[in-house]
Amino acid sequence: MPLLTPRANPSKLMQWAAPPIAIIATLLTATVLFYALNKPPLQAFYVFFIEPLETANGWSELALKASPLILIAQGLALGFRARIYNIGAEGQLLMGAICASGVAIYTDGMTGDWILPLMVLAGAIGGGLWGALPAWLKTRFNAEETLTTLMLTYVAIQLLAWLVSSPWRDPGGSNFPQSIMFSEAALFAPLFEGLRINSSVLITLLSIPLFWLFVKRSFLAYQLAVGGQAPSASRYAGFSAQRTVWISLVVSGITAGIAGAAEAAGPVGQLTLSLSPGYGFAAIIVAWVGRLHPIGIVFSGLLMALIYIGGEAAQVSMQLPSAVSWLFQGMLLFFLLGADAFVDFRLKRRNPNPFGIKEGKA
Amino acid sequence: MLIPPPPAHPRPVPAGEPRLQLINISKRYPGVLANDQVSLYVMPGEIHAVLGENGAGKSTLMKIIYGAVQADSGQIQWNGREVSVANPAAARELGIGMVFQHFQLFETLSVTENIALALPPDTDLKELATRVRTVSEKYGLPLDPDRLVHALSVGERQRVEIVRSLLQNPQLLILDEPTSVLTPQAVRKLFETLRKLASEGVSILYISHKLHEIQELCDRATVMRGGRVTGGADPKQESTASLARMMIGRELPVCQAPDYAGEVKPVLEINRINRPKDDPFGISLQDISLTVYSGEVVGIAGISGNGQAELLAALSGETTGRADSVRIAGQPVGHLHAGQRRDRGLTFVPEERLGRGAVPSMSLTQNAMLTAHRQPGLSRYGLLDFKAARDFALRCIERFDVRCNGPQSAARSLSGGNLQKFIVGREIMQAPKVMIVSQPTWGVDVGASATLRQTLVDLSREGVGVLVISEELEELFEICDRIAVLAGGRLSEATPKDETNAEKIGLLMAGPAATAPV
Repeated sequence: MPLLTPRANPSKLMQWAAPPIAIIATLLTATVLFYALNKPPLQAFYVFFIEPLETANGWSELALKASPLILIAQGLALGFRARIYNIGAEGQLLMGAICASGVAIYTDGMTGDWILPLMVLAGAIGGGLWGALPAWLKTRFNAEETLTTLMLTYVAIQLLAWLVSSPWRDPGGSNFPQSIMFSEAALFAPLFEGLRINSSVLITLLSIPLFWLFVKRSFLAYQLAVGGQAPSASRYAGFSAQRTVWISLVVSGITAGIAGAAEAAGPVGQLTLSLSPGYGFAAIIVAWVGRLHPIGIVFSGLLMALIYIGGEAAQVSMQLPSAVSWLFQGMLLFFLLGADAFVDFRLKRRNPNPFGIKEGKA
Repeated sequence: MLIPPPPAHPRPVPAGEPRLQLINISKRYPGVLANDQVSLYVMPGEIHAVLGENGAGKSTLMKIIYGAVQADSGQIQWNGREVSVANPAAARELGIGMVFQHFQLFETLSVTENIALALPPDTDLKELATRVRTVSEKYGLPLDPDRLVHALSVGERQRVEIVRSLLQNPQLLILDEPTSVLTPQAVRKLFETLRKLASEGVSILYISHKLHEIQELCDRATVMRGGRVTGGADPKQESTASLARMMIGRELPVCQAPDYAGEVKPVLEINRINRPKDDPFGISLQDISLTVYSGEVVGIAGISGNGQAELLAALSGETTGRADSVRIAGQPVGHLHAGQRRDRGLTFVPEERLGRGAVPSMSLTQNAMLTAHRQPGLSRYGLLDFKAARDFALRCIERFDVRCNGPQSAARSLSGGNLQKFIVGREIMQAPKVMIVSQPTWGVDVGASATLRQTLVDLSREGVGVLVISEELEELFEICDRIAVLAGGRLSEATPKDETNAEKIGLLMAGPAATAPV
């Protein structure tokens, strides 16, 4: 017998209040955690959430981390609204980075304005193909996309490991598993002197209004939403369920692939094993915390980036373990899903209806 | 909201002790007072009707008696003693049995096994099978205890439910809309059984909105409207009109079907559809052919589960087949999906309104887009014009008298009847050549049903071919020009209404084995 029963009219207000509630619950739990670690909580919060924002460099780092998270989450949210759960954006990001890096490595020594756009295009294709593969498996063999996308992530990780340790390894890199450093023509230019923030964030900035327009106005996004909320209505209207699968997975693959290209050609500047600090997975949380809304995702992406940066700062200045920022991410998603459950359902106190007879107004 | 209490009216109780007496029962659900100070009594051996529209509060009241729902206030007296019925098990212990409108049976289990589920776990199945046989024969409800439920007809399944209740020797049997899935012949058999039970002293509470059945069967009737008792009557003394007045508060409107004067041409041709069933409990369609002409309403009678869902999907394009298996205005469309068929002039209203005909959580504006996005002006360059969609929804709401809080209200916030009016309106406003409507008035109140039926007749007289699939025979006889019957996956010849009657249709509904007990 289920403990939760659906609410007739879930409150719209509470749907938007759930993320702040989850954030507060995360902070409260973190307080307990910091106490247990013998660190003063207020100082920890200061290091985590305030200190990074006190310098221009901090803001630059924030934008640099938020940019891939927001871009990937925009793509993922598209599929999530249609109930297509791509959880392998990490793999699509890596494939994008691999393809873009391939361009950079084979054009090394050349100059030209075409190299960087070609890298972004290669990244989009790589990520898109890595999203298309599970789409084909789902439409052809009805294979669950949550499994295939995740498993393909590990394939991408192994492919990356092989590439950087064998064919693409930097001959002058003293055997580290990494490629050569890209030449200037294969790198995004910094936006400001002395800061790491580069022009790749413009891609993310441009994507926000595009996704907003797409979600609010496009017929395609409407079809995806109908397919996610009421599959029978989608068939009734004559919308193609297969197209929903293809678009959801390929678009989210493309955004992740571009983010991967921007990482390789941006702050990292080469292909390495540790190219992504889990952006593809964190973006799943970003999409949900942002309520799958193109603008909400911007805020949640910034918050998630802050957790990343704060975690690094806390490691250095307070000797907190690096796992703390992962804990923050996990708790945030956990509390959000918990809060969501209570927005849509109520707790059943006792069972007045042991025979499962549906109640209703006669 | 405070509602002044109505005058309590436990009517004078005649000599003898009532089997069941309800005094001022009230039950409130969020936003609706389902039962408001309801009082009634049932004598031993009496067949008592509870008459009312959908939403009048009948089912809630019965669930309160059966212990499935608890009343907020009021008293239940059982054989003169005040009782509280905590749950259905307690109700059965008292001697109250209930036969639900939607059967609660496991298809893969045998008749005996299904019945054993309601009995203590240590019941001996062999002995039970013998008892099932005895009881079913005694009351004229022949049943083979060893057969699997999925192989039984709907009428037989209902017998399982009734026999299950009878095995517990009930003193009161509640039947919720028991005839909605039965052929006229099966209804007559059921009535015989009920009369026999009553003659042995069993009280029967009979819930229905079908006036003529109540007049035929019941000794007394309690009429409910909007959660309250609006009257008590001897149905045999009342006219249908006076009962209807009590039930809906005004005269029952009658559908007007003028002659059609326009050009008659075939608009929908169904040409030998064969479809194997795709699940073991499904129905395969066998050689189905039918032509619908402009200007007429054709009805397909029959009980759901005889291929209705499969045929509808094949017609709407939710499943596709041979190109020439379906033609719209002469063009082959059998291989096209639902959207492409809509482009060629087919519109379709499915029986499930929420989740198929409309997306529950979306607004009426968004739901207008579901099928009307093909209309000029509603989408351009792949972008939707939600202002135009809002206008479309607004026009639909006004023209078809949809009661709601405007185009922004969510589909699921509308009552069944109003949502149906919206969906029917949305489909009509797309100027179809053919319109297919499945179960147009399921769960819709009497007033809205009459409006919907009239709307369909009017549409056909504008030159549209209308195909209606319905379980309600009376409805089909009211609006159709020709009627065919779908039974066991086969479709009978469509016969002009004047050349057939409920009796003949009922025999066809029972299928080729019509001579066997239904």
